Amino acid sequence: MTTETRPAEPEVRDLERVTIRFAGDSGDGMQLTGTQFTRTAAVFGNDISTLPDFPAEIRAPAGSLPGVSGFQISFSSSDIHTPGDAPDVLVAMNPAALKTNVGDLPPGGALIVNSDAFTQQNLNKAAYASNPLTDGSLKPYTVFEIPISTLNERSLEGLDMTSKQKDLTKNFFALGIMFWLYERSMDPTLAWIEDKFGKRPAIADANQRALKAGYAFGETTEIFHTHYRVAPANLGPGTYRNITGNEATALGFLAASKLAHRPLFYGSYPITPASDILHQLSGYKNFGVKTFQAEDEIAAIGAAIGASYGGAMGLTASSGPGIALKSEALGLAIMVELPLVVVDVQRAGPSTGMPTKTEQADLLQVLFGRNSDSPIPVVAPATPAECFDYAIEAWRIALKYVTPVVYLSDAFLATGAEPWRIPELSDLPQIGVENWTDKATFQPYARDPETLARRWAVPGTPGLEHRVGGLEKADITGNVSYDPENHHRMQLLRHEKVARIANDIPALETHGPTSGDLLVLGWGSTYGAIRSAVERLQAEGRSVAHAHLRHLNPFPRNLGDVLTSYRRVLIPEVNLGQLLMLIRARYLVDAVGYDKVRGRPFRIAEIHEEAERILGSLASRSSASNIGGRAADDR
Amino acid sequence: MTDEAASMTDPTNGHEPAQPALSPENAEIIKLTRKDFVSDQEVRWCPGCGDYSILAQTQKVMPDFGYPKEKIVFISGIGCSGRLPYYMNTYGFHTIHGRAPTLATGLKAARPDLMVWVITGDGDALSIGGNHVLHSMRRNVDLKMIMFNNRIYGLTKGQASPTSEFGKRTKSTPVGTVDTPIVPLTIALAAEASFVARSVDTHTEHLQQTFNRAGFHKGSAFVEVLQNCNIFNDGAFRDFTDREVREDRMLVLEHGKPMIFGKDRNKGIHLRGLHPEVVTIGEDGVTEADLLVHDEQAEEPYLALMLSRMFWPDFPVPVGVLRAVPRPTHDQLIEDQLTAAVAAGGEGDLEKALFSGETWTVE
Repeated sequence: MTTETRPAEPEVRDLERVTIRFAGDSGDGMQLTGTQFTRTAAVFGNDISTLPDFPAEIRAPAGSLPGVSGFQISFSSSDIHTPGDAPDVLVAMNPAALKTNVGDLPPGGALIVNSDAFTQQNLNKAAYASNPLTDGSLKPYTVFEIPISTLNERSLEGLDMTSKQKDLTKNFFALGIMFWLYERSMDPTLAWIEDKFGKRPAIADANQRALKAGYAFGETTEIFHTHYRVAPANLGPGTYRNITGNEATALGFLAASKLAHRPLFYGSYPITPASDILHQLSGYKNFGVKTFQAEDEIAAIGAAIGASYGGAMGLTASSGPGIALKSEALGLAIMVELPLVVVDVQRAGPSTGMPTKTEQADLLQVLFGRNSDSPIPVVAPATPAECFDYAIEAWRIALKYVTPVVYLSDAFLATGAEPWRIPELSDLPQIGVENWTDKATFQPYARDPETLARRWAVPGTPGLEHRVGGLEKADITGNVSYDPENHHRMQLLRHEKVARIANDIPALETHGPTSGDLLVLGWGSTYGAIRSAVERLQAEGRSVAHAHLRHLNPFPRNLGDVLTSYRRVLIPEVNLGQLLMLIRARYLVDAVGYDKVRGRPFRIAEIHEEAERILGSLASRSSASNIGGRAADDR
Repeated sequence: MTDEAASMTDPTNGHEPAQPALSPENAEIIKLTRKDFVSDQEVRWCPGCGDYSILAQTQKVMPDFGYPKEKIVFISGIGCSGRLPYYMNTYGFHTIHGRAPTLATGLKAARPDLMVWVITGDGDALSIGGNHVLHSMRRNVDLKMIMFNNRIYGLTKGQASPTSEFGKRTKSTPVGTVDTPIVPLTIALAAEASFVARSVDTHTEHLQQTFNRAGFHKGSAFVEVLQNCNIFNDGAFRDFTDREVREDRMLVLEHGKPMIFGKDRNKGIHLRGLHPEVVTIGEDGVTEADLLVHDEQAEEPYLALMLSRMFWPDFPVPVGVLRAVPRPTHDQLIEDQLTAAVAAGGEGDLEKALFSGETWTVE
């Protein structure tokens, strides 16, 4: 089937970038709608970036404010780094979705509402005193009132379904409108519906009809005077797919297992937003991947350590609360020096917090949240696609240095999507470690002179029977030791082993001038907003650079030099200044922080504004010849 | 299978011994003795501790199973029992409090070729690690769990444990504990353990037989060893384990045999309604035919559960195997799924996985 022929030619306008937000009840299928638009835009060749935003409740009361689920997608003909600061178009399926999202829509923005949903009952649920469609409060926007439910039901006339069942397909009607508006082919979604509901032809038929009816509505009514074209982006040659951070993470671990020629064992306890990694890895049984849904977080890491002890690649993942439970076992892995990767897909808040919302506030937890000095390497990908590379990097370090490693992702990376240029297998790094088998030279805690990795022999190796455990080990022999000098030496050895990894990681790169007025330093998922803000400032002629840390322990060797090459260092974080504290403590640099912890990513404009403010204070200080040194006005 | 695929499933870099394990025939070929299982570490339990006997019997039965030393792993938690792996000349892992079953689960899943023993105590297994005992048993992880039950916290110097008697006065409960004790065997049975047994530290021959049975069981084996802590809870089991009284106060279970005990072999267990009672053969017309016959292989564990609740002084204390039933092991079930996945879709192809879903190409 084709969607290319069209009776009348409406006006077409070319746009560089569009940001759409779909918002509705959590039962309205907004995540699915958003995902389908994303796939279509990705396959078309646009650069994309997405931000799903959904409540922790699976089905909050229908029509209520807490039940609103949203999905924002930005698609572009040029390279983009974020899902967009604000939507250009907001699709609101009910009053609650309008109320919770319209504040983000800039004046003049397009607002498409399902006018059928604006009943008195729904208005009450959304705590609207008057109907916003009639009280004039939506004047600043270009409003398109469409009776989506009625039109959709009409398009499904004759199908043997209840009204309620028919109403469940209205998200596809809305998607059809958006496909027409942005000149998108319906084919990928029609094929997806066929694939998904093929065994239930009535449902497949209804959803396909709804989609086509929405598209036809856009085409034939004169409600939209214009439709828009966003050309494919020039992403560079290669084969691409659309990928979320969790998908890329799971694929990276699969690749690491293949590269290291060791089977992967994944122990995990379900937790938002990490569970999708378990779901995906459990589908790789034909790769020899063993997944284990444990009775709790502690059992998950315990089993992973047990598997590593046996020579497999023991892996576990969780989010902050689960990492807290795993911390004693993580200390054991540090003590017995076994390879292990622990994934922390960070979410918002202490305790249960806001499980589906993003934050990057577990940095200090994973670095220091254990008894005693217990050093552990930490890596953190910056974008969803990069999750693949850093899953491999985490294992490269874990195996080479025979050590546990923490891999820090977050809810934004985990659920956000972007195009990923699929690498050639031959371009992937060589990783791995050989187990010790030589009886004559074996000592459990004898070390490689360069990496300080201990000699790792696995059960089953004849003649190398030995004991490990959480009690302090004597250097070389690994026997239990309470000797004071030995303990001091072992603490230093464990520390030095991790510190030396700095010799084996890339230097920190700066995007922009290598010295100048301002360095914006970030880590993790703030990458996109920082990069976009810095590029905007650079285009405005400001002396600003961006550097982004992927290795948080140890830091790259040149970090100190980079920090001191700028007059000011700004560190935006979705926490209350954790990297900032480390940088200030370790390098004695008077860096300043910029913190927003709202459960959502930074907007580009926020960082741009903060950077401008700092640059402004630098300029005024220079002009006033203020020799008072560090000014208090920076914060 | 390609070399690469072979090495993917062989983390020992090809050091798999050719001979099959876990068979008495193999034990004949390997010909190990107790001495082979004694490590060079000095044993450091309190003089007179029941742990010495448990260690000795463990070392004695190890040659029975036909596993070479390097294929045996002892995993322990925290407590006095936790030190045992250091004294075994096998692979050993002294882990953290209560979590030994979790490491054993992962190890056995990753390495089905190994024989895995878990050494634990009443506090380690039933207090801090209760959850893991429960779940390792229900999964039928192929591990042999030996739980030293001395009804006290020894390593931390004498606090009440989950098996301490109600009202027991200890350092942490100076006027008596207000907690009702739990029965380890009942817990194991409730958790669907496929092998459940009890023995006593000083009954060396019975202890060896019990360990031997546990070692040959495929699946989760739970063995409670009544162990005397002569420092903090001396004589906890003396009333029925002492040589002079044990025949009258303990019931040695044997599969298929009537439940008879006593010096004169004239006492037995009869079932009245839903409750067991002690009867004397020859009194009130009671004959051997009136006694319960032990069946460790019963599909449902009613009988084993009843036995687990019997204790001195109301009843003789049952020792031996309460339950031993076949059930697929956790590691085998996992392997079967992997094999089925390969049979259905072929060996995994990384390139295909990377390129899965919708892709598009930019020239």
